Amino acid sequence: MKKIFDQLKLGLGFIIIILYFTSNAFSISEIFKDNIYPLKMEKPRDSVLKVKVGNLAPDFILPSISGEKISLKQFRGKKNVVLSFVPAAWTPVCSDQWPGYNIAKEIFEKHDAILLGITVDNIPTLFAWTNQMGKLWFPVLSDFWPHGAVAKKYGVLRSNGVSERALFIIDKKGIIRYIDVHDINKRPPLEDLVTELGKLSQ
Amino acid sequence: MWKKVFAIFLTSLIIFTILYITSSLAEIPDKIDRLPQIDLPIPKVQEERDYLGLSNQGTFRIPQIKASLVFIEIFSMYCPHCQKDAPRINELYQLIENDQDLKKNIKMIGIGVGNTPFEVEYYKKTFQVPFPLFHDKDYKIHRALGEVRTPFFILVRIYEDKSHRVIYRQLGQFPGAKAFLEMMLKLYTMGKEEKL
Repeated sequence: MKKIFDQLKLGLGFIIIILYFTSNAFSISEIFKDNIYPLKMEKPRDSVLKVKVGNLAPDFILPSISGEKISLKQFRGKKNVVLSFVPAAWTPVCSDQWPGYNIAKEIFEKHDAILLGITVDNIPTLFAWTNQMGKLWFPVLSDFWPHGAVAKKYGVLRSNGVSERALFIIDKKGIIRYIDVHDINKRPPLEDLVTELGKLSQ
Repeated sequence: MWKKVFAIFLTSLIIFTILYITSSLAEIPDKIDRLPQIDLPIPKVQEERDYLGLSNQGTFRIPQIKASLVFIEIFSMYCPHCQKDAPRINELYQLIENDQDLKKNIKMIGIGVGNTPFEVEYYKKTFQVPFPLFHDKDYKIHRALGEVRTPFFILVRIYEDKSHRVIYRQLGQFPGAKAFLEMMLKLYTMGKEEKL
């Protein structure tokens, strides 16, 4: 009898674990229809940061979907920069993050900041994916080759080759002022970014 | 060893099947024509309370709204289609509010799934949404509704005894304010006859 009971307990535990891993906390926009690759919950974080707040942000030059090459340095002395790394195109959560920033242009402008969206995907993939989001006002950069080099430089490249869902705020002097390596399964709330941008002018 | 593994597997399977059958038995009728239990905070803004015909503070459920028909938009600040449709859904509100009869009977609300209160407020401000919006920060309502994609439209018929029935569900493809209103009214009259 006790044996059956033990089995029952084990079985129940097993089910609870399965149910836990199959419950996803995100919504998908109809705009992407069935083109979003379903992902299960992933390890929240899978990399070690190589930079910290107060450091000079490592410079980089990356191609953007509009064709021009964009460097971090070109904004030095001119604009605050928000780097938004998202794991990969055509995945849940990411597909919803930038369209939100797309209607938040005034927030960035108010704080004299430019947003740079970065993923490890190649340009054609990024082009097709971001086309679904409507016209984006900010540059989208491809950290595809050498694969994830910029993500690696910042310490946000995960072991499976995609990047973390991470936000970096870099001031006009090129100094990192804020880092949020977010749980990859969740979207960082907009208000956190607004609060941190507000601190730049203090 | 394998016998034990198999036994555990079998027990899990049996429990799972039982759980699955009971949960689907309990849920299917709800999914078809009744709303899941959704508790929303009574709006702090007086105008919104008046619009929905709610008094006091605390929470309310959608069938408590003073209306015969409630239009619910499941949206997200982060959803491009929702952003694009927002002006046309505002137009639907205007069409209803401009008609004395419709105004009394049809109310609109929006629920921002996975959006924080700040994000919902930002959406409301950006698109000047004139009807009350609520947040579903933790995806609780989203889950209860079956994790629908956004935007998603639900029409709820509310009867005099405060019972209710979901009479329509639609994923995306908002056809424009006029077309949608016509469809709403058609469904509404159909529902009325059914009840009589």
